[in-house]
Amino acid sequence: MNQKTDSFPEGSDFYSALKKRYRVASIWQILFLSALFVAMISLTALLYNVMDGAFGYIAYEYKNDPSEFTFTPVNELSKEELLTILQNNLSAGAYKKLDAEQAMPTRSQADLMNLFLERLLQIDTKQTWSMTESILQGNEIRQEAKTNYPEARIEFRSWLTPQFLVSSLSSRAEFAGVRTAVLGSLWLVGIAIAFALPIGTGAAIYLQEYAPKNWFTAIIQTNLNNLAGVPSIVYGMLGLAVFVRLLEPFTSGGIFGLTDANGRTVLSAGLTMGILVLPLIIINAQEAIKAVPDSLRQASFGVGATRWQTVWYHVLPNALPGILTGSILALSRALGETAPLIVVGASTFISVDPDGPFSKFTALPIQIYQWTTRAQSEFHAVAASGIIVLLVLLLTLNASAILLRNRFQRKL
Amino acid sequence: MNFDLKKKTRVGESVIQALLFFAGILSVFITLAIVYELGKEALLFFNNPDVTLAKFFGGTIWQPGIGAYGIWALVSATLTTSFIAICISLPLGLAAAVYLSEYASLRARSILKPALEILAGIPTVVYGYFALLFVTPVLQNIFGNENIQVYNMLSAGLVMGIMILPLISSMSEDALSAAPRALREAAYALGATKVETSLQVVLPAALSGIGAALIVGISRAVGETMIVAVASGAGPNFTFNPLQAAETMTGHIARISGGDLSYNSIDYTSLFSIALMLFLVTLALNLISQWVVNRFRERYE
Repeated sequence: MNQKTDSFPEGSDFYSALKKRYRVASIWQILFLSALFVAMISLTALLYNVMDGAFGYIAYEYKNDPSEFTFTPVNELSKEELLTILQNNLSAGAYKKLDAEQAMPTRSQADLMNLFLERLLQIDTKQTWSMTESILQGNEIRQEAKTNYPEARIEFRSWLTPQFLVSSLSSRAEFAGVRTAVLGSLWLVGIAIAFALPIGTGAAIYLQEYAPKNWFTAIIQTNLNNLAGVPSIVYGMLGLAVFVRLLEPFTSGGIFGLTDANGRTVLSAGLTMGILVLPLIIINAQEAIKAVPDSLRQASFGVGATRWQTVWYHVLPNALPGILTGSILALSRALGETAPLIVVGASTFISVDPDGPFSKFTALPIQIYQWTTRAQSEFHAVAASGIIVLLVLLLTLNASAILLRNRFQRKL
Repeated sequence: MNFDLKKKTRVGESVIQALLFFAGILSVFITLAIVYELGKEALLFFNNPDVTLAKFFGGTIWQPGIGAYGIWALVSATLTTSFIAICISLPLGLAAAVYLSEYASLRARSILKPALEILAGIPTVVYGYFALLFVTPVLQNIFGNENIQVYNMLSAGLVMGIMILPLISSMSEDALSAAPRALREAAYALGATKVETSLQVVLPAALSGIGAALIVGISRAVGETMIVAVASGAGPNFTFNPLQAAETMTGHIARISGGDLSYNSIDYTSLFSIALMLFLVTLALNLISQWVVNRFRERYE
């Protein structure tokens, strides 16, 4: 002990060493906290970046002057006026075609306005600005737009409008909407969950309630954990090989008498997504089943119930909220997943709503990817609006999962 | 009175049990299907007389159309982006985990944890948007437009690091909180400060769990597709320079399979060879991390 005294400070040395140690301690603590700070900043930056893109000034020109069609200012046109303008100025053929898609008088004012802008005025976007630029440098932007595009009108535009939610895809950013993509995503997630929830729950019941504790069960368990870590694009390749190609007669609807489709349908993509979320659902359901107290099972066995009766009447009802919470989380994973859809071949451009499992489709994340990779800035604004729609959908899903979880916890 | 105590055979029960068994082993079939399908197409690719293993693992140009099959052109970008991502997410994730597990009050935790979970729940395509339209312009301001390409591995890697951060921090936090309380109390009793306890006592005790987190993080980075597909570049390029554009293995699969691909072309089969490599690498990483975690559990339970 005594030999070590020279390395152990005493008296005033001790206190200065102690001070130093405390100083080091507070520096480290600040470092630890700043890591979380960086994470928060990134999250804020990401959300801000998306909002920033979805609103802002836009400079546009009309190829045809509005005064050719009407003397009312464009923004104040009523539905009836728009209808007459369209009827008088569109060629008879074009009007008939639009009328066949959806009867013109039944269309909304916003829809008619879009047709007016797209077909007659032929709006042409020159440049867009982000929200921050628009707010901080509004005057400079107006000046710049005036010198660069003397003909252009400039206004503050929100790209995220009710019209954006209900319009189908368009090759023009100004008229693009997400309805087709959202419907495609819903079909996709619906098929995935219809496939994965029953099978996943069954697998979890087998593993927790029936499986003997042996090497085979251990292999299944290890395999599950591994599958949960396989990159999603590999599932996409599996889906391409199995659902799109091998099972084409089934997934294209060929054996049900459909002739025009190939295997790249919403059914193929939904099953691929189902396989992708299956390990997640099984693992979550296993946790939920594990949490059911053993005394319930013993009581049930004690009054002479069979194993399945015990599972069906006692274990499952108690595990159900947990299983559903896990499934909702898996669902939100499926909703945001993009890579497998690209591989399985979601259409990049399609303006027809999916109307069954054998229809071609596109999905919201696919459209966001497409719009983001376009060069024109107006498509980035559309992508930002699409992202907001996607994030709101995910938020709703996750919030309902949290509500369910809280309710469940209170009950136990 | 006679009781027949023999177990009755119940047909319904047996049928249900058989169904459940099939659901249980389906996951094994999925793995087998992945191995079989990827392997079958990859074998077609390697059976092509033009493709040799030496070319595949030795070459640095990837252009199946003209007979260049050097996988390194894609692997280099995967390595570079994953390395950047780990350089960001490991220190930050670990520091966040130490703070959450050792320092944070219950109140602070209840705010910070959900925020990290939100970060973990954001779809990767949104991260791609963020990388291309926020991080890249910022990097262009820092390095100057002429030094950094519009598509570059640095911005993809940085954003990927932020994406993986919550994963590493939550796995590390689990490992840190699993370290027995007695260890901390012993350290405090010797007069150690909180930092000394955390870094010199708790952290080493949780090292294997943190190692597992690191390995899972690497496997996530290698398999990540959308961020690199959007922000890292569209064309194989053998380079380790993060300021340049280069396509990763996953990004290449996404771009090539996105178009219309005829089933028997060399492009189609070559994609499966890349996917098989991805699958094997991530499988190996996941197995190693599980092995590490199991070993670590045995020690403390």
